[in-house]
Amino acid sequence: MRLTRRKMMAAIGTASIVLLAGCGSSSSTSTSPSNQPTTTDGASSTAGAANTAGTPSSAATAPAPAGGPPSVPMASAVGAGEGQLNVIAWAGYAENGSNDKTVDWVHPFETQTGCKVNVKIGNTSDEMVALMKTGQYDGVSASGDATLRLIYGGDVAPVNTALVPSYSTISAFLKNQNFNSVKGQMYGIPHGWGANVLMWNPAKVTTAPTSWGAVFDKSSAYAGKVTAYDSPIYIADAALYLKATQPALGIKDPYSLTEAQLDAAVELLKGQNKSISEYWADYTKEVQSFESGTSVIGTAWQVIANTINGDGKVKVQSIVPSEGATGWSDTWMISAKAAHPNCMYKWMDYITSAKVNAQVAEYFGEAPAQAKACSETTDKNFCTTYHAQDAAYASKIAYWTTPRTACVDGSGSNCTAYSEWLTKWQEIKG
Amino acid sequence: MTTSPRTPTPVRGRLSAALAGRPRTRLALLLGAPLLWLVVAYLGSLAAMMVSAFWSVDDFTGNVVHTFTTANLRTVFAPGLALQIAARTIGVAAAVTVLDALIALPLAFYMSKVATPRVRTALIVAVLTPLWASYLVKAYAWRTLLAPDGPLSFLTGGHTPGYGLTATTVTLTYLWLPYMVIPVYAGFERVPDALLEASSDLGATPGRTIRSVLLPLVFPAVAAGSIFTFSLSLGDYIAVTIVGGKSQLLGTVIYGDLITANNQPLAAATALLPLLAIIIYLFALRRTGALENT
Repeated sequence: MRLTRRKMMAAIGTASIVLLAGCGSSSSTSTSPSNQPTTTDGASSTAGAANTAGTPSSAATAPAPAGGPPSVPMASAVGAGEGQLNVIAWAGYAENGSNDKTVDWVHPFETQTGCKVNVKIGNTSDEMVALMKTGQYDGVSASGDATLRLIYGGDVAPVNTALVPSYSTISAFLKNQNFNSVKGQMYGIPHGWGANVLMWNPAKVTTAPTSWGAVFDKSSAYAGKVTAYDSPIYIADAALYLKATQPALGIKDPYSLTEAQLDAAVELLKGQNKSISEYWADYTKEVQSFESGTSVIGTAWQVIANTINGDGKVKVQSIVPSEGATGWSDTWMISAKAAHPNCMYKWMDYITSAKVNAQVAEYFGEAPAQAKACSETTDKNFCTTYHAQDAAYASKIAYWTTPRTACVDGSGSNCTAYSEWLTKWQEIKG
Repeated sequence: MTTSPRTPTPVRGRLSAALAGRPRTRLALLLGAPLLWLVVAYLGSLAAMMVSAFWSVDDFTGNVVHTFTTANLRTVFAPGLALQIAARTIGVAAAVTVLDALIALPLAFYMSKVATPRVRTALIVAVLTPLWASYLVKAYAWRTLLAPDGPLSFLTGGHTPGYGLTATTVTLTYLWLPYMVIPVYAGFERVPDALLEASSDLGATPGRTIRSVLLPLVFPAVAAGSIFTFSLSLGDYIAVTIVGGKSQLLGTVIYGDLITANNQPLAAATALLPLLAIIIYLFALRRTGALENT
């Protein structure tokens, strides 16, 4: 009796020590779940409260945009800076000279306002939403597939545009859009917009591609050397290609896909998976992937092409293919729980002011939202190249937006929701 | 302990006198803090994770909905993607464990029974030194090694596995090797040389001695090492991101659920898979009797 019990204790002891040791490697997976509930708790309780206010009976179901966003107070004045600012930004949006000494607009802001800027790079919109839900950040440069989720989740506050002088000269076609405002109330300051490009290494891809087909149904030519963006939103790229090449499917908007249309896009991406070398979510991973020769063709952002050509290890080219492109329209938003709201207001004004907005746009390779930025660019043709003032061109890009059952293009209520895209995306990767 | 009435009792003396008749208090003082840490921080967080596996996430806003549902568990345990990836992960973990054991057994035997003290020290240092380097540095070193234009490709004329499951297995085998070598070395150290001599005196061939004397005696040590290599491989998500190419393992799926998809409940449900795997593995080892002498 005594002996067996001792043996048992020994076994359990070894087991627990080993389990503890085993958790060393997966510390972030095993510790973050324990942190998560407390942080998400706060977020969901505000949303829950507002939810009952708007649609009393549907607290458990998805709050449709019709229910109205939770009411979050709006700032009425901007006081002195708090000395700190924590922002989540896309790579290239808040440069402090650490990537390129000549590219620095964070330090001038710090000297001007006394707000020390801490930047957290968000790699995907989902990651940005997750980070914002922690409540530890003052603001975010959110794309259209994050903005509404943040607004209706009660994670961001409406923005008093009267307190942001730069806002008055933002291009008119970016104001009061369905992804950055609700009922005429802006929830952020537009930053810039652009298209996802097709990038390739001309040393390995000798005939310049003109169609997205090069990474979809003709991708086998570069088997094992194709890269793609590791996010469910990339399904829209496949849908956009199918919209142009298979009219029989009847795709009108790549974010409003019926079950059958989604399946077709998934099939296309499963075919692409056979040619994939690796997926990228972190933009530095794509830079490394091209520079090491692991990948030679794939979807990219202009800033990635610029970075690779700047490094000079390999040369790459990029275009917006004939089918058009998906893209982004980004908005600086302020957190509902911002600890440094004054610094965030100062930042929103600063980053969208003519000179800085021009700098960011040229570095990142996108159209600046600030109309006056076009006279501040070093390349005088920059705004023409990126069609910055061209509302008609801007309307042709399929901007990232969150797919919902109620089709985002208003065509009905039989569309597939983002959660389904998430499941499909994991299936595609297998 | 004797105390003369003239000199005052020192504090330490009084403390031990107070504790002398109270074994329970002694035990509580000794184990209180570590047990509290184990129960609250470790088991508590595990419990929180398991509870959250029964919640769900609002489709649109991504907020956690605190309503009981078994949907996540059904997604994870239904035949399909999650189980398929679990099987792949267990396969990688098993391969890493076997490879590590195959490398560690002869190496540890040499270190323990053949090498001179000087060589032995040098080998121990060589095995342990990589532990001083950062995990990321080592994983990226393998990424460079295996790159299409990298050194391995240059040496073999392009015949490298490239990034993928093979590369992941090789990298993990390298990363966890010390965790296998050290226990196996300790295991060999505990085998008296006299036993090996006795075996050969009784006419056993070296092969017979290894099979019938040496291996049974070091098996518990290999089992202990295998628990490290197996569980560490099961939870890994960084090496596979760096050298795994497009392949997914459980770690990357959980990370994706949690960070990319912002679906903490589903991540928690998926995290039950490696937890179950390691529990089953420990029970299987216990049946072999390997855990009884440790």
